Amino acid sequence: MTVKVKVENLNFYYGDFQALKNINIEIHENKITALIGPSGCGKSTFIKTIDRMYDLIEDTRADGHILFDEMDILKSDVDVVELRKRIGMVFQKPNPFPKSISENVLYAVKRHGDVNKVAFNEIVENSLRKASLWDEVKSKLHQSAFSLSGGQQQRLCIARTLATKPEVILMDEPTSALDPIATSKIEELLQELKKEYTVIIVTHSMQQAARISDYTGFFLNGELIEFGNTKDIFTNPKDKRTEDYITGRYG
Amino acid sequence: MSNFKRKLKRRHLINNLFMVLLVFVISISFLVLGTLLLEIFLRGYKTLTWDFITSMPSGRASRAGILPALIGSFGVIALTALISIPIGVGTAIYLTEYADKKSKFVKLLQLNISNLAGVPAIVYGILGLAVFSQLVGLGPSLIVGAFTLSLLILPVIIVSAIEAIKAVPNSIREGSYALGVTRWKTITGVILPMATPGIMTGSILALSRAMGEAAPLIMVGAVGFVTFLPNSLLDRYSALPLIVFNWTSRPQAAFAEIAASGILVMLILLIITNLTAIIIRNKTQIRVD
Repeated sequence: MTVKVKVENLNFYYGDFQALKNINIEIHENKITALIGPSGCGKSTFIKTIDRMYDLIEDTRADGHILFDEMDILKSDVDVVELRKRIGMVFQKPNPFPKSISENVLYAVKRHGDVNKVAFNEIVENSLRKASLWDEVKSKLHQSAFSLSGGQQQRLCIARTLATKPEVILMDEPTSALDPIATSKIEELLQELKKEYTVIIVTHSMQQAARISDYTGFFLNGELIEFGNTKDIFTNPKDKRTEDYITGRYG
Repeated sequence: MSNFKRKLKRRHLINNLFMVLLVFVISISFLVLGTLLLEIFLRGYKTLTWDFITSMPSGRASRAGILPALIGSFGVIALTALISIPIGVGTAIYLTEYADKKSKFVKLLQLNISNLAGVPAIVYGILGLAVFSQLVGLGPSLIVGAFTLSLLILPVIIVSAIEAIKAVPNSIREGSYALGVTRWKTITGVILPMATPGIMTGSILALSRAMGEAAPLIMVGAVGFVTFLPNSLLDRYSALPLIVFNWTSRPQAAFAEIAASGILVMLILLIITNLTAIIIRNKTQIRVD
């Protein structure tokens, strides 16, 4: 099993507030890693460090190492534009652009400017197929993305990310704004996606983590309390706090 | 129970009193404006003919027209738009997307821009006279009028463009950055397209304000009476508010009438530009839910 992302002694600060404390974790290739924990525990902050999205927030600082195929993501000379092509992100609320469905998929491809126009149709179809949205939208590719339902919009956002051919996909509670049916579609989709991509998903729902992930990490107050096989975490947690959380004592 | 009813009655009473007061206030402004418009219409509609629009000014009111002023106004406004919109939108993009919002300098800059929107128009006229006419040496030309009006409306354009850009949800920016799209391409790819309706509306409204300004143009040497059309950017020119101002200051009653016709032309142009702004806004508005 290959380690795709290796995090060593990661600390993260919003101003004077330390949001992540000495995180060490190994993310395996072609697996789904779920991060669980109560609100404000640092799990969203953690995935924002992996594609350097925290650069957009003022007064933030990270130290330690995040090795992504031997490249240290936290180094200041890393080309974040290039990095974010290789590490995609899907957000909590679907955020399609106010453009047509096909334009949403092609948005980044067109702006990166390294793909031939001839390939555009193929990219749209492939990306939408991989996001299992193709059959629902193939007849209305030129309609606005806002004409889609919330779940379809979220799968469009996934397709949009896939179009840039990422290696890792980060997901920040991607189903928390969706109904159960839309949620289960995305969960099925994740099982397909992990064949080609490495997925890290932050989720509020322990059931979801147990259903879909291979590995689970439990965050509490900025610390990674426990990390391991999902099965072990949920059936045989080593730490008392993990046990309390998954049995519903708090959170 | 009776206590409830008493309070309810009192509330209804206050409610009704307040409504009467508001209706009274509204009718005052409607009445004043209505009388003014009616007066101008009654005075001016008879002399508002095609000849009036296509003739040169004249010493005799019956033969006078507004052609040079109309052309001058269009010319100045078109140039003003070409100068002020790119500069204004560029400034707004810098202040919202690039500048460090915590820096004291940027805060001072934004405060000053808002304050500049409140400076009297004549002050911009004096500035235009001193800088563009005298210092740069462009004299009393069309281009100086355009530069001066640009200064006048730039703060308004910048402020409305800043508001329009700020109204683009952050989730859209994040979505674009997360795909590895650069800042500039994020701006041109999603932020500006989404902000365009707001920018356009603000700009058109600012331009229609500039169209009605007389004071700054008088300062920089536009004239109320010319019998030729401007041929180049360095020519002298007239503008609608100036010709109206010129006519109203004459003693003959006939000139007061054609001044009213001139005002009507200006009003019609203003209504057209404002309607255009509304139509553009409604047509290009993109809803994000």
